[in-house]
Amino acid sequence: MRHLISPLDFSVEETNELLSLAEEIAADRSRFSHVAEGKKLATCFYEPSTRTRLSFEAAMLNLGGSVLGFSSADSSSAAKGESVADTIRVISCYADICAMRHPKEGAPLVAAMHAGIPVINAGDGGHNHPTQTLTDLLTIKALKGHLDNLTIGLCGDLKFGRTVHSLINATVRYPGVKFVLISPEELRLPGYIRKDVLDANHIEYKEVDVLEEVMPELDILYMTRVQRERFFNEEDYIRLKDSFILDTKKMRYAREDMLVLHPLPRVNEISTEVDKDPRAAYFKQAQYGVYVRMALIIKLLGLEVPTC
Amino acid sequence: MLNIGGLHQGVVIDHIPAGGAMRIYDYLNLDALDAEVAIIKNASSKKMGRKDIIKIEGPITIDLDTLAVLYRGITINIIENDEIVEKRGLRLPERVTNIIRCKNPRCITSIEQELPHVFKLADEKTGVYRCIYCEERFKMK
Ligand SMILES: [Zn+2]
Repeated sequence: MRHLISPLDFSVEETNELLSLAEEIAADRSRFSHVAEGKKLATCFYEPSTRTRLSFEAAMLNLGGSVLGFSSADSSSAAKGESVADTIRVISCYADICAMRHPKEGAPLVAAMHAGIPVINAGDGGHNHPTQTLTDLLTIKALKGHLDNLTIGLCGDLKFGRTVHSLINATVRYPGVKFVLISPEELRLPGYIRKDVLDANHIEYKEVDVLEEVMPELDILYMTRVQRERFFNEEDYIRLKDSFILDTKKMRYAREDMLVLHPLPRVNEISTEVDKDPRAAYFKQAQYGVYVRMALIIKLLGLEVPTC
Repeated sequence: MLNIGGLHQGVVIDHIPAGGAMRIYDYLNLDALDAEVAIIKNASSKKMGRKDIIKIEGPITIDLDTLAVLYRGITINIIENDEIVEKRGLRLPERVTNIIRCKNPRCITSIEQELPHVFKLADEKTGVYRCIYCEERFKMK
């Protein structure tokens, strides 16, 4: 039985296969609307994350399956002190597949070790969030047509942002990928990722702190939130925050086919005036997130796909 | 140097930092072993100044490589028919259970007491292990 716990659990070939299936789904959703009939997805969310939970539920409903679950620790047996291992053993009797979100790192792995059904990590603390990474890959693949030979700009909080770290890990597996790391000094990419991932794979990258300058080079601009609490003082935050906000003025420097991605929710790091720009892909990204979860459920459950 | 007669068959755990022998004795639970055990403390060593040595007579079935979590520099001499047939450093075990404890407060092991603390070897050269749950790093000394 396969699970999805870490973004690198699937090989490049398996990932490509999954993305191709997701693209087929995007092209003709109705063909897939009965493939999971009679199957149940349990969403076990020990902390609320409405967006992720609804994306999983929408995916299962689109496949003709049904959903059950809980959306916070206090509405679950965890509040009574039940271990993750025991909970998943019980859930395995009720459902065919489980998406688990947990504030503690490694909880979905513990679940996978004791489950009788496939477990999908829907986010474990600041650790992994593999379906977000698959969503990002699908968005790029579907809108750009390829995942290799891309210059990817990563902007904002590169120090704590796990989506950025996972995306780097996943995209370095494709040839010809370069990175432009755009962040304030205080929020630069951690040294171990530069060393163990970028340097170890001989990946070309540069670190800058002005977004405008590098805009013309980018195929993808991946925006993340710069949080106030990451700064030591208010002045630094105010001084720096505008440099990392994307607005129409900065978009003028970008190529016509550049894509703007963002894991959402956004706060103010992308000005709403950018939403109308055809290069803004972050709402499409949310749609691709449902397609990639549909593909993932089909793969992990080994469901038959009707041919067209 | 105090000489304890050579072994006919058994193992010599050498290059233990001085004062470390009892820790290893306890760790390997040698107390419970029905065999002759000699502990030599503060032996002089060119390399280490002072060192401890443990000699165990008889066939050994204990996995000595897990000693790496205590002292990585230990060497093992295997003796058969009065001769050293193998002399080696410790091989780092691929996976250790309940030997290294995960100290990451965000790790699932921090709230579920009954979970085993499992670390996997991530880099043999540097002796780096990582928690299988949260990837917390641990470096063997
Ligand atoms: Zn841990």
